Amino acid sequence: MEIFGVPVQALMSQLMLGLVNGSFYAILSLGLAVIFGMLNIINFAHGAMYMAGAFLAWMGLTYWGISYWWSLLLVPPAVGLVGIAIERTMLRWLYQLDHLYGLLLTFGLALMIEGLFLYLYGSSGLPYEVPDMLGGTINLGFMFLPKYRAWVVGVSLLACLGTWYVIEKTRLGAYLRAATENPRLTQAFGINVPLMVMLTYGFGVALAGLAGVLAAPIYQADPQMGSKLIIVVFAVVVIGGMGSIMGSILTGLGLGVIEGLTKVFYSEASSTVVFVIMVCVLMVRPAGLFGREK
Amino acid sequence: MNTPTEYLRVTGLHAFYGESHVLHGMDFVVNRGECVSLLGRNGAGRTTTLRAILGLTGKRTGSIMLNGRDTIAMPTHRIARLGIGYCPEERGIYSSLSCEENLLLPPQVGSGGMSLEEIYAMFPNLAERRHSQGTRLSGGEQQMLAMARVLRSGAQLLLLDEISEGLAPVIVQQLGQVIRHLKEQGFTILLVEQNFRFAAPLADRMYVVEHGQVAAVIHQHELEEKREFLQEFLGV
Repeated sequence: MEIFGVPVQALMSQLMLGLVNGSFYAILSLGLAVIFGMLNIINFAHGAMYMAGAFLAWMGLTYWGISYWWSLLLVPPAVGLVGIAIERTMLRWLYQLDHLYGLLLTFGLALMIEGLFLYLYGSSGLPYEVPDMLGGTINLGFMFLPKYRAWVVGVSLLACLGTWYVIEKTRLGAYLRAATENPRLTQAFGINVPLMVMLTYGFGVALAGLAGVLAAPIYQADPQMGSKLIIVVFAVVVIGGMGSIMGSILTGLGLGVIEGLTKVFYSEASSTVVFVIMVCVLMVRPAGLFGREK
Repeated sequence: MNTPTEYLRVTGLHAFYGESHVLHGMDFVVNRGECVSLLGRNGAGRTTTLRAILGLTGKRTGSIMLNGRDTIAMPTHRIARLGIGYCPEERGIYSSLSCEENLLLPPQVGSGGMSLEEIYAMFPNLAERRHSQGTRLSGGEQQMLAMARVLRSGAQLLLLDEISEGLAPVIVQQLGQVIRHLKEQGFTILLVEQNFRFAAPLADRMYVVEHGQVAAVIHQHELEEKREFLQEFLGV
């Protein structure tokens, strides 16, 4: 069977790849959007945190025999703690300044973290086995679906929707939205906004850490995996619009799928299609698809 | 009559916004259960006084005693937790929160706050619009919401900034009744007002603020004899 002269099997497997990439875009751009909303900082270190998540998983398994499942549970909080340390010692001094300073600081941090891992582990990438339980494929009739990829999409969606639910539907989320919109007044109601800012950064980078663990069996633990991904993720955030939670989730998934489809129909454009879309969106809606003009 | 207990005492309060020195030694007292009004022209420093009490200005010096504790060095949220409810001049309704989420936002800072039912009984409009986006409410409704928001948290000292501003006379009347009702319930109220006619019947005492200082004190019983002075001073 063929669609537009492309075998269904090929189309479906590219779609699946697109969905996997899209899951990573979604989970990373979600973290970036939450952090930007609360801290007013464009977190360039996000890719490095994602990479650190993958490496922590690899180190855990290699040095201490910590299984994938434990890594999935332990690495995100560990990365979150690193984030909290960064927020406490460095970022907090920049909140009153222009975005540019936060961007420069986190960019510098990203370079340092990446440089450290390159120095320690080289640039070739370290293989990480897919856990036994998730090895192999499922036969869907029209295609073979690798179990691990389905798992990645599922876990990412769960993490994204869980975050969306907490922010949009709970009391804690209402504090968060209020503090994002008007931090001073929110603090004047007795809410400890500086604490929330710290935890938000920790949570945002913990999401990146989670993405890193999920990515390790697919892309290996590679010091440059973050910087390869982060530029696209920023484009996703720009397209979706800063500050919209559902917007970043949907845009992330959507763009992953579009990228996958482009690979099937015109593979030369697959690495640029996201940026072409970004330019088009910016011309029509400067605040992004889901963003509000400020 | 009981001797009044001091609830808020502001002494020699100076406050700055960046380089500009706005308050030049404010001194005043609000006793428990009193309604005290700060009157003055625009830019006299009344709003800044409320903001300085909550630590929302830049640098501050002097002393702010709240229920016997000096709060000048505390961070904003700790001050609020001592039992202050703040209704800002710009109302401060959140657009990313629904009407009811706005209402539920301030955490409990004391006991004896009103329940949601009591608040909706007092402001029936808000009950009708509980699921609307906060900033979709009309101006009057937003003001009601900003007032109602500080009544739920159990705050004992209410800082109310220009609550009658820009509202239809009938709503201003309603607000006056709300304030009277709150006084009967034992709330302590610091009312910043431009509208002398609104504040005069409600306030036990009025401080006239000029150039970031208290220029005169007028007690309720002196109101008649000083009316002329006030009208001239406030330009009403």
